Amino acid sequence: MENEIAVGMNRTGLDMAPLARDDMVEYAHTEAARGPESDGSFEAVHMAYIEEAERVGSVPVPGTVKGMANTAAARLKGKKPEVLIDKLGERMAFERAGTRLYEAMLLKCGAVDGANNPVEVPQLAHIRDEEEKHFHMVRKALERLGADPTAMTPCADVAGVQGMGLMQVVTDPRTTIAQALNALLTAELSDNAGWELLVELASAAGHEDLANDFGEALRQEGEHLALVRGWLRAAVLQEAM
Amino acid sequence: MTINLFDKGGCPLERQRFTWKELAGKPISKLDDDAFTRVRIILMNGLEHDALRMKQVMLRMNRHARVALAELMRVEHEQATMVNWLLSSDHSPLETTIGFEQTAIEVTASVAQLEPDPYLAQGYRYALLEDFDHLYRYSALLDRLEGKDANNIIQGYTDIAPARPTLVHHRSPANDLLEPYGPDAALATKLHALTLTGGEYQTHDYYMNIGPVFADPLARQLYAEIASVEAQHITHYGSMINPDETPLERMLIGEATEIWNYQACAEQESNPRIRAIWERFLDYELGHLQVVMQLFKEVERRDPAEVLGDGKLPARITFASQREFVRQVIAGETQLRKDGTRFVDEGAEARSSIAWRDQLNSEGSPSQAVSGGWHWTPGTELNYVAGADAAAAAAAAAS
Repeated sequence: MENEIAVGMNRTGLDMAPLARDDMVEYAHTEAARGPESDGSFEAVHMAYIEEAERVGSVPVPGTVKGMANTAAARLKGKKPEVLIDKLGERMAFERAGTRLYEAMLLKCGAVDGANNPVEVPQLAHIRDEEEKHFHMVRKALERLGADPTAMTPCADVAGVQGMGLMQVVTDPRTTIAQALNALLTAELSDNAGWELLVELASAAGHEDLANDFGEALRQEGEHLALVRGWLRAAVLQEAM
Repeated sequence: MTINLFDKGGCPLERQRFTWKELAGKPISKLDDDAFTRVRIILMNGLEHDALRMKQVMLRMNRHARVALAELMRVEHEQATMVNWLLSSDHSPLETTIGFEQTAIEVTASVAQLEPDPYLAQGYRYALLEDFDHLYRYSALLDRLEGKDANNIIQGYTDIAPARPTLVHHRSPANDLLEPYGPDAALATKLHALTLTGGEYQTHDYYMNIGPVFADPLARQLYAEIASVEAQHITHYGSMINPDETPLERMLIGEATEIWNYQACAEQESNPRIRAIWERFLDYELGHLQVVMQLFKEVERRDPAEVLGDGKLPARITFASQREFVRQVIAGETQLRKDGTRFVDEGAEARSSIAWRDQLNSEGSPSQAVSGGWHWTPGTELNYVAGADAAAAAAAAAS
C-alpha cells in the first residue's frame, strides 16, 4: 500500500487544459445567455417538498409490558420518552458502526509498514473493543427501558446516512493512514458530542444510573478523540516535514 | 491494427475465464486518469449490457441457440462486471453522471461525423444537442448540491453550456421514432446505431437506479426528467435499426459492434493497464463472433458475409474532444424539433409533443429550476463575481 501522497498527473484542474481554458470559459459565459433566468424556482421546489415531507420513520412502540409501563409512567411525568429511546438507538447504531470502522482501520494498519504510520495498533484495537462495549452498554439500557434494541430508530437511520462517507474513506484500499484518520476524527468528534448529549438527556429523564454509565463512556471517548487527533497530527506533520 | 472479421479466430469461448479478484480489480484514478479512459469504460459497459439484453430476449424465443446464448452471456456478464468495476468509489453518483453525459456527447459527435447516411447523421446530431444540454443541467446540480466543478470530471475536453433546453425534449412517443436504415445499409451505419442504442440504454438504467439514491428533491426530479429523455433516446436510436433484421443477423452485428468498439478503445487507451483489458476483450469478442457465425450458418443456412460484407471494419470512433463540431451543431441546429420521423423547425413541431410536455412541465421544470441563472465558472459559481472580469480588465487597461 502506498501510504503517502505524491505529486503526479492530476488532470482535474483547468490548468491541465491550457489551450482550451480561456476559450471554454468565454464560451460558457456567452452561451449561458440562452440558459434560464434565476426566478426563485430552485428555492421554491425545495420549500414545497420540505413543507409536504413526512418524517423518515417513527420510534417503535415498546414491545414489552414493562416497556409500556415505563413509557406511560414517563409520560405521566410530562416527559417524552421516545426522544431518549431514539437517541439511544442512534448511539447504539453509531457504536456498532464505529466498531466496524475501527476493524477496517486495523486491517489497513496491518497492511502498512511502519513508515509514516504513527498509529499504535494495540491502542487502536483497544478503541475498537471499547466501541463494542459501548454498543452493548446502550443495548442493555434500551432493554431496561423496555425498548427493542434490534429496531432502527429514526436517529439511528440518519446517523447511518451520515456515516456512509466515513466507511467509504476507511475501507477504500487507496486511502492513506492519514486520510483514514481524518475520517475517524470526524467520527470521534461527533461521537463525543453525542455522548455528552446523551448523559444530559438521561439525567434530565431521571435515569441517573444510565447517566453515570454514559459518563464513563464519554470519558473513554475523550481518550479516543485525543489518540486519533494525535495520530493524525503526527502522520501529517511527519509526511510534510 | 487491421482486423478482418473473417480472418481472426480470437480467444476460444471455452478459454474465456475470470476470477473474482480480476472482476473487482484495481479501479481507475478519478484524479489522474484521462477523462477519455472513463468515457471508454462507460461506453463499453453500456455495450456489454446491451449485448446481454439482446441475448436474454433471444433466449426466450430461440430453441436452437439456447446453449450458445447461455455460454456467451456468462462471459459477457463477467466482461461487463470487469469493465464497470473500473470506476472508482470516490466518484459520487452525480460525478459518474457527468461522465455519462460526456460519453454521450463525445461519442455521439464522433459517430455523427462518421455516419454515411445523412438522415441518420442528422439523428445523431439531434440527440447530441439534448445530451449536451443534460451536461449543463447536471453540472449546475453538481455545483449547487455537492459544491463541485464538473470540469474536474470532464477535464476541459467538453463545453458546459445550454443547447436545446431539456424542458422541450419531452415529445409524444411517436415523435421519438426515426426511419430505420435499410437492408443494404453500410456496415458502419449498423455499428453506429447499435453503439448509441446500447450507450443510451445504460445511461437510462443508471439514472433509473441512482435517481432514488438522492435525498435532495430537485435532484430526484432532475433524474426523473432526464431518465425520461434517455428513454426517448433509446427509442430514437433503437428505431434507426432495421426492424426486419433476423435475431441472428442482429447478433452478428452486435458482435461486430463490440469488436469495432474494443478495437477503438485498445488503439486509443492511454492507461496501459486498461489497454490490456481492451485488448483481451477484443480477443474475446473475436471468439464470440466465431460462435455466432457458426450459429448463423447452422440455423439460418446463410453466409455471414451477407450481413458483414467483406469483413473490413469501418473507421473507428475518435475518443477526443469534438468541441468545434459540437459548437457548430449548437449554432445551426438547436432550433430543430421532431414531427413524426422528420426533423423540422421549431414552429412546425408536432402539436402532440407540445401538449405532452405542457402536461409534464405544468408543475414546473426541474431542469430549468436547477440551472436558473447558472453558468459554468472554473471552480464553481462561487468563484464568479458579476462584473469582476470587466473590472479587472478595466483596471489592467488603466494601468
